[in-house]
Amino acid sequence: MKRHLLSMNDLDRQDILAILDTAESMHDVQRREVKKLPTLRGRTVVNMFFEDSTRTRSSFEIAGKWLSADVINISGKGSSTSKGESLRDTVRVVTAMGVDGLVIRHGASGAAHQVAQWVDVVVINAGDGLHEHPTQALLDAYTMRQRLGDLEGRQVAIVGDLTHSRVLRSNLICLKTLGAHVTVVAPPTLMPAGIATWAKSEGFDTSYDLDAVLPTVDAVMMLRVQRERMSGGFFPTTREYTVGYGLTRERLNALQEHTVICHPGPMNRGLEIAADAADAAQSLILDQVSAGVAVRMSVLYHLFAGEGTVA
Amino acid sequence: MSLLIKGADIAGAGRQDVLVRDGVVAEIGSLGGAGAARGTETIDADGLVVLPGLVDLHTHLREPGREDAETIASGSAAAAIGGYTAILAMANTTPVTDTAEAAERVLDLGRLAGLVDVQPVGAVTKGLVGEELAELGLMARSRAQVRVFSDDGRCVHDARVMRRALEYVKAFGGVVSQHAQDPKLADHHACCHEGELSGRLGLPGWPGVAEEVVIARDVMLARHTGSRVHIAHVSTAGSVEVIRWAKAQGIAVTAEVTPHHLMLTTDLLAGYDPTFKVNPPLRPGEDVEALRAALADGTIDAVATDHAPHARHDKEHAFVDAAFGVLGLETAFSVVSDVMVGSGLLDWAGVAQVMSMRPARIAGLSGHGRPIAVGEPANLTLVDPSATVTVDRDASKSLSRNNPWHGRRLTGMVHATLLRGRATVLKGALA
Amino acid sequence: MSSDDVSRALRRVAHEILERNKGSQDLVVLGIPTRGVALARRLVRVMAEVEGHEVPCGAIDITMHRDDLRRHPIRPVEHTDIPAPGINAKTVVLVDDVLFSGRTVRAAMDALSELGRPQAVRLAVLVDRGHRELPIRADYVGKNLPTSSSERVQVRLAEHDGHDEVRISGGDR
Repeated sequence: MKRHLLSMNDLDRQDILAILDTAESMHDVQRREVKKLPTLRGRTVVNMFFEDSTRTRSSFEIAGKWLSADVINISGKGSSTSKGESLRDTVRVVTAMGVDGLVIRHGASGAAHQVAQWVDVVVINAGDGLHEHPTQALLDAYTMRQRLGDLEGRQVAIVGDLTHSRVLRSNLICLKTLGAHVTVVAPPTLMPAGIATWAKSEGFDTSYDLDAVLPTVDAVMMLRVQRERMSGGFFPTTREYTVGYGLTRERLNALQEHTVICHPGPMNRGLEIAADAADAAQSLILDQVSAGVAVRMSVLYHLFAGEGTVA
Repeated sequence: MSLLIKGADIAGAGRQDVLVRDGVVAEIGSLGGAGAARGTETIDADGLVVLPGLVDLHTHLREPGREDAETIASGSAAAAIGGYTAILAMANTTPVTDTAEAAERVLDLGRLAGLVDVQPVGAVTKGLVGEELAELGLMARSRAQVRVFSDDGRCVHDARVMRRALEYVKAFGGVVSQHAQDPKLADHHACCHEGELSGRLGLPGWPGVAEEVVIARDVMLARHTGSRVHIAHVSTAGSVEVIRWAKAQGIAVTAEVTPHHLMLTTDLLAGYDPTFKVNPPLRPGEDVEALRAALADGTIDAVATDHAPHARHDKEHAFVDAAFGVLGLETAFSVVSDVMVGSGLLDWAGVAQVMSMRPARIAGLSGHGRPIAVGEPANLTLVDPSATVTVDRDASKSLSRNNPWHGRRLTGMVHATLLRGRATVLKGALA
Repeated sequence: MSSDDVSRALRRVAHEILERNKGSQDLVVLGIPTRGVALARRLVRVMAEVEGHEVPCGAIDITMHRDDLRRHPIRPVEHTDIPAPGINAKTVVLVDDVLFSGRTVRAAMDALSELGRPQAVRLAVLVDRGHRELPIRADYVGKNLPTSSSERVQVRLAEHDGHDEVRISGGDR
């Protein structure tokens, strides 16, 4: 496995399956009374979050602590740019303290890649701008696999604001590596530039028609839509967005019985997903949250426990 | 003071000796041993080409305000190394060059450094805000004799303001140089050519059309007002089409292209390295091809470096947060030589046009870009067409290191630079 | 050891466990993956024959508790399966194929301590090859095989390898 986890491109099929398999064992640990394993004792991992995210940050923190690692949370907000300190200086100061790894969340695409060039420690991308969120894709795959079994040959729809979604980009790569077929659905204004050639070279489909796609899939992943996108002229009103692209109650009924529903959260109930759909038996949304810690424990194990994983 | 250049190829017109005396070209021909006496310095120019001194329409010298990134002195040194005898210093300093006093200050600092003629560019609008015209007339009348006006860094996006500026500068033969970037189509976050790569990388896209619509508007305004207009750093094939059409209509538009847009492409951004972050962004191969062809056929008049030095800490940020700009003064000639002459798109006479004569004419610099002839000011650049250089960013005279050429091998080097008969650079080093 | 040797040894060990424990009361047999699990199941089958009822059987993975993780590439994690009654107040019999340095058993005891508090922990192994690095001993041994540390002991079991066999290879013998 590669040293860092910056992108889903860093993991091949074998790597992904190893992480998901280990995550199953980690999930068992979560259900025990004593939730601690000694595996990463003596390792120090820093959560450097330049962008707020209570959910992801606490998920990584719990994952590290349940493996007996020392976990430090540093908020990068307001540190570098406002005080004139470059991002490079900011991360090098932290790693100079002798830590073993950085879990980075940043509002700028590519930040994790750049940081990995500047430091000697293991770097995990916990979300960089619009670019990727590898552990999210891994927990999405884990959750879907638990319910659907092997994802090879499965049909998955990803619906919503594709342009601004790092969850999309990581999932596209992850699902492709696992052999699933993806169709992305969005209004034209929410599809990234160049998606036609991108879809062609990566083998996924695009569609503006959610109703045509939904009955054909084994899993539908609804992406969060930000209401602020209205002011950018991406869509006229939330009402119109929901009618065209929301997982409404009617659309919930149009799904096949075995089709599962995912959402990376936080949800806009009533906007991109109806309350009924979020709470339906087919919904994996809470499973996704619970899987987050197990999957992150597995990632931490694979990147920090073995030989040569730390400088 | 005399200087004899022996056996140089005069801009591709043939091998001659050139005697320079008292700041002008005194004799051209086979001068034998005649000049060797009387303590005349001699440059053996066998295998070298002599061009009129290079003129850069577009440089950022950062002084006043960001002397940690560059000063007029260090920028002048870099320019001389690059074969330049005159450079136009853009107005987006701190404070902005939007008054006669500010322009004169830049002029004086340039004279103090004494390595290259530094001609200040005046802002089009006060503070570069884009709303009210700056004191264009006073800047024109000042000792700096400002003729080129630009809000570069920003686009003059208000059509009415642009129209007024185009009209106003007619009074003193001025020209507005437009940084074409519609702020609604490409805002200040936009940093990567909008296309498949920007989609994959999740970087805010900068679509070519944001440049093209502004050029289309401004050539029509120039026609309407009967003015000249100059387009800075043209970067797309679509822009070239608009300019070509406008020239065919007889519209007085001129255009420049940077060395980096002639050679580097958007895929260099795949690693998120801010070294390659520039505005307008690097474009795909199709645009690079169109720009080369346009420079060769005259649709684009000149090469201008848009030399944009930045302190290390301003580049060592996440890509979207890093400063825009690349260095260019020291490498411009080598890039043009490598890309345009090496491929046969331009000959040396063509290089003389795009890097000296036309920029001098656009800027109204009467002492530069002159033909190499007896009686003309001896602003000359001696180049070695076959020398190869592997660019070393740490060898630069600039105070900054944001060099996108580091490690590249280029064919063609500046050997010597003469400013009014005085060698500022000899054998590739400051004299 | 031949295939017959292995069967006989396991049968004897199963009887010894029942004898010492005075029956199968409160016994839980946990195999250490990989081959310890198959051996545990075989022991439990013999016990069922003797006692007439099932003895709880499962597996305890020790990967996360190893003390040598950083010396090797990442190992896949195997499954831990603790049977229904749990291990609190039970007599846990750990089962492994080879007892060597004792570190595996140490890790197993650490793992066990996080799952509950057994009344007692016993160790049953198919082969004890000596060279202990920790103060650990087996309660039940299929066969003592003195070896030199450079030799390799290979255990093959029908469930994994198609046949039963224990063989010593390599070394300066």
